[in-house]
Order: sequence, then C-alpha cells, then structure tokens
Amino acid sequence: MTNSIAELEDADCIFVIGSNTTSSHPLVATRIFRAKEKGARLVVADPRQIQLALKADLYVRQNLGTDVALLNGIMNVILTRNWHAQSFIDERTEGFDEFRKVIAGYPPERVAELTGVAASDIIQIAEWYAKAKAASIVYCMGITQHTTGVDNVKSLANLAMLTGQIGRESTGVNPLRGQNNVQGACDMGGLPNVYPAYQAVTIPDIQKKFQNAWAATTLSDKVGLTIPGMLSGLAQGSVRALYVVGENPMVSDPDVSHVKKALQKAELLVVQDIFLTPTAELAHVVLPGTSFAEKDGTFSNTERRVQRVRKAIEPLGNARPDWEIIMEVSTRFGYPMHYGSPAEIMEEIARVTPSYGGITFDRLDGPGLCWPCPDKEHPGTKFLHKGRFSRGKGLFHAIDYKPPAEIVDAEYPFWLTTGRVHVHYHTGTMTRNSPSLHAEMPEGHLEIHPEDAHRLTVRQGDRVRVISRRGEITAKVSLTTRVDRGVVFMPFHFVECCANILTNPAHDPIAKIPEYKVCAVQIEKAA
Amino acid sequence: MDYRTVLTTCAYCGCGCSLYLEVLDGRVIHTFPCKTGPVNEGKLCVKGWNIHEFIHSPKRLTRPLLRQNGTLVEVSWDEALDFTARRLREIKEAHGSDSLAFLSSAKITNEENYLIQKFARAAVGTNNVDHCARL
Repeated sequence: MTNSIAELEDADCIFVIGSNTTSSHPLVATRIFRAKEKGARLVVADPRQIQLALKADLYVRQNLGTDVALLNGIMNVILTRNWHAQSFIDERTEGFDEFRKVIAGYPPERVAELTGVAASDIIQIAEWYAKAKAASIVYCMGITQHTTGVDNVKSLANLAMLTGQIGRESTGVNPLRGQNNVQGACDMGGLPNVYPAYQAVTIPDIQKKFQNAWAATTLSDKVGLTIPGMLSGLAQGSVRALYVVGENPMVSDPDVSHVKKALQKAELLVVQDIFLTPTAELAHVVLPGTSFAEKDGTFSNTERRVQRVRKAIEPLGNARPDWEIIMEVSTRFGYPMHYGSPAEIMEEIARVTPSYGGITFDRLDGPGLCWPCPDKEHPGTKFLHKGRFSRGKGLFHAIDYKPPAEIVDAEYPFWLTTGRVHVHYHTGTMTRNSPSLHAEMPEGHLEIHPEDAHRLTVRQGDRVRVISRRGEITAKVSLTTRVDRGVVFMPFHFVECCANILTNPAHDPIAKIPEYKVCAVQIEKAA
Repeated sequence: MDYRTVLTTCAYCGCGCSLYLEVLDGRVIHTFPCKTGPVNEGKLCVKGWNIHEFIHSPKRLTRPLLRQNGTLVEVSWDEALDFTARRLREIKEAHGSDSLAFLSSAKITNEENYLIQKFARAAVGTNNVDHCARL
C-alpha cells in the first residue's frame, strides 16, 4: 500500500476494485465502513456482487478481465471534462501526451460495450473519484491475477496520477496483500530478480555489496526462475531439486495436474512445513517446521508495517523453528550459518536492506515500524511518494485493453473466476484444521446464477461436473445472484474440490502471475 | 498452573492484526484481540479469533520424514538434515547451481525468508528463489 490502513477512514472517496475486502481483509473493510459513516463515497467494481457492493454508493459489475477498458473509460471522462490535475501532471509526471492519445480511444459509450458497465456509471465514478479532496484506490488479486495484471496495476497508477490522488494523506494506490507476510517475503528478496529491498541481482555494484556482506565466493548475476519457470524446468529436466518452505503448490498453483507431474520428476523434493500437505506427500524428505506461536521473528503487513511475532509455546514434538532448520541445512551443505536468535538475523538484515536500516527488535515493542525506516532515529513512513516518486517523476503508461487469454465458446460456455471465502484461507492447511472454521464451511462449492442452474436443471446442493481444457472436477452448486448469468465462482481452498485443476496457467508476461480470475468451463449435471 | 498471555501478530491475511495468545501449561487455549493494535484496535475477524485452533492440531508434523522404499518414514533430525544437505550438494555438483530451486514463503518470518534466499544465493549460487506472491 502506498498509504496506511488507518488513513482509509478519512478518505472522501474509496474506489474498491477486485478486492472482496470483507472476506479477505476484514479489518481493512472496517476502515472502509468507518469512512462511509464519516460521509465518504464508496464505489465498488467487481464481477461478483460482493458484500461490500451492497453497502456501496455505486456498484458496477464489469465483465471478467475488462479492467483496463473500465479504467481507461473513467480516465477518458476525466480528461474530456477537464477534471484532471494539470499542475500535478506538469510537476510530477512524464509520458502524459502518449498516454492521453491512447485514452482518447476509450469514450464511455465504447467502454460500456466492452465492460458491460453503463456509460452513466462510468461518468459518475470519474466525477466522484476525480473531484474528491482525498480519494483512495483499494485493490487485490481481482486486479493482479490476469494475463494483463501489470497493465491493470499501471492503469490504477495512471488514474491516481491523472487526478493527483497520491502522495497525500488518505489517497494512493493500495494493494491488499493476501498473506500475513507476503510483503516481508518480497522485501527479504524471496524473488528471483532481487536481493532484499528490491536491489537488482543484475547490478554489479549491488552484487559486490552482497558478495562482501555474505562472504560468498560468487553470486549469480542471472535472474532466476519464478514458480511457473521452476515447474516447467522440473518437467523438462533443467531443474533437478526443489526445496519448498511453507508453500503448497499442489493446491495453490494453476493446472494442478501439470504441477504434480512436474514435482514427481524432481530428483530431490524437500518440503519444510507444519502439516503433511499434498505437496509434502510427494517429497523425498519432510522437515517439520513450527507455527507462528512457536518462534520469534517479524512479519511485514500490507501497509509495510514490520511487527513482532513472539514465541508463546515450545515447538511441538521434535519440530524446530524454520530459521534453525535453514541454518542447519546450510552449515551441513558447507556454508556455515550461526545466529543466536532471530533478533541477530534482523541486525544483519538492517545492514544490507536500506528500507529496514533502522529496524531492530528493541524498536518493535510498540506498534511496529512502517518501512522505509532507513536509520535508528527514523520514525518510519506512513505514506509513500510525498513530494516525489521513488523513481523521480511518475511515469504514465499508455495501455490498451487486451481480452483475457481464454474466452468462452460453444464448447466451454461459462466464465469461471476463483477467490477466497471469509472462513477459509489460501490452501486451507490452517483453517481446515481449525474445528470452528471447518464447521462454518466444510466443503467447496460452485456459485451459479439461478437462471443458469434452472437451464441445467440443477437445484441448490446438487452436484455438477465442471470441465475446463485442463481438467475436470465435481462440485456442489450454490445458487446466488451474486454472480451474473454465464459466470460461475469457486473458492480455491479445497483440495478435494480443487478449483486449480480447472484454472488457466496462462500468465502475465512481466509478473508471471497466472490468470486465476478468468477461464472458460463447461458445466453438466453430475449423474 | 502456568497461565500467560503473549502479544503477537496474526498469521492469516496481510492486515497484520495484533492479538494475544492465551497459554495454559504450554498449550495455546484461546485468542483475544489487542486494543492498542494499530491495525485492528481491539477487533479480530472470525479467522483471527480462532487462530489458536490449528496450532495443536493432531495432524501437525512433529518428526522429520524420509522416503524409504517409496514411503515416508520417521527419522532423526541428523539423518534428515544430512540427507538434505548431501543431496543438494550432489545435485549442484552434477548439474550446476541453477538446477536447484527454492520456494520461500509468505507464511514464515522475515528472518527466515532472509536466510532462505541467502542460502540459495550465497551457498548454492542461484537466484532461483520465489514464493507465492502471485498466487
């Protein structure tokens, strides 16, 4: 997030697109509701009529995968009616002219045809967002999990820059991170192209810095593989060993049948986890790590706040904290690692990670610290891009709408989209082992519009076969007008009713994120 | 009887709510929200309120497992760690650093993520490190 969670409640306009906030980030939704109580306008754009949509001042249901078109339409209205922030654009951005040319091709009438959103609604969103004193954009995987995920995010950045709704309190472009420490995993360099704090592996000076800090003989300057690349590498034999810590690609990745074949080809599959997940069942060796209750450390939340995790109990049985396991493996591998505690590891992190430079465990006893926090006196940073963007001038991107990779046809006539439900979390390894949460929703389901269900002669609770070009599953149907006619939704938490057997591994060319939010399926009543 | 409350950070979504785990004789028995938590200000969602429930699940892994004759069997830590380090080294020597790949995790701590990518980069010599940020 460019801005902090608490700032949301003082925004005058909140535009939520592709985030089922009450289900996936309930305590962010609380701030949105508080903003509404204070008089903010709430606009929700989502192919599903999510709970937040029921509370919105304006809800629009765009067709799956048409976000760029919708956003370009909104920006077209802003430009033609002169609601843009010319002085902000002049002082703080570049690339405006080329961007403007592309936007000219998206008048609201054309966009209405592409997106299914009425032209009058597009105009209304543009007016409320552009004219607000402080407008905030909130988005999540509904924006990113597309073959055009990067285009979608850049379009949101365009919208914020066009109207100057960034770099101030209660504005900004605010992605909600789905996992407790996905922000931290990225910050710490759990990515193939960067060291900690997004320092590129391809820059010789950076490489030299880490080579010295780590007393490493050589560091590779070659950008590594993303998960899809690792899996195809395993399938083709260029990757021989995979070491997985606390991840479950057998449920979380698209086209699971392909994932299984790839993992089975590994000469060595090491899985370090707290449960025997479907991924761990395929492993050659399984190392029992510990839950968050059994170790010390830090997590970084979606607003970049670094907070303490404190050990409450001893590790269960012979399980060991994950940091100790990695130290042991590394030392036995021939690269000794000796840290007395996670606090000591943080001291090293602070030395090599400029944005964490001032973070120590001692300073985290209160509400934590939001990075950038470059030195020991720095109070942390509430919102980014004040006065200046990280790259200097904000860059407008001229982006045209592209349809999703797979579209419906006579053979696969339904659009399938996937997501989370309020009582479950990711692949369900934690929530499905929690009796209270399991009792709320013990199995998966398929949301379908009542009229479509009627045509298929299925009733609430009947079972259907759901078939895509990748595979086939059976699921119970749940009739609801939350989804539109011709669109079905499945949560992806349930291994025995696994949405990701169906999903399309086609991915964004830059971010490599798979298109979980759109694929085409056929549905038949199960015998 | 040993009763304690431990202030920590929720391990579900990216909100980062502050909560207390109630610990009785070495067992986490309940969860309650922290009123001064900067994100949640004394509230929790249904997942947060129940986060203690998975911790002591009987399905938790408590011993290392090694595949022997096709099945996973319990072994000592020494055996599991030696096997892991030896096989990683053998594969690196036979096929090069980039034949190894690592998935770090959005579920583990910053310190643990740091160590995994350091191991991959400094010890093994590959940038094949990723995690489920996209999933």
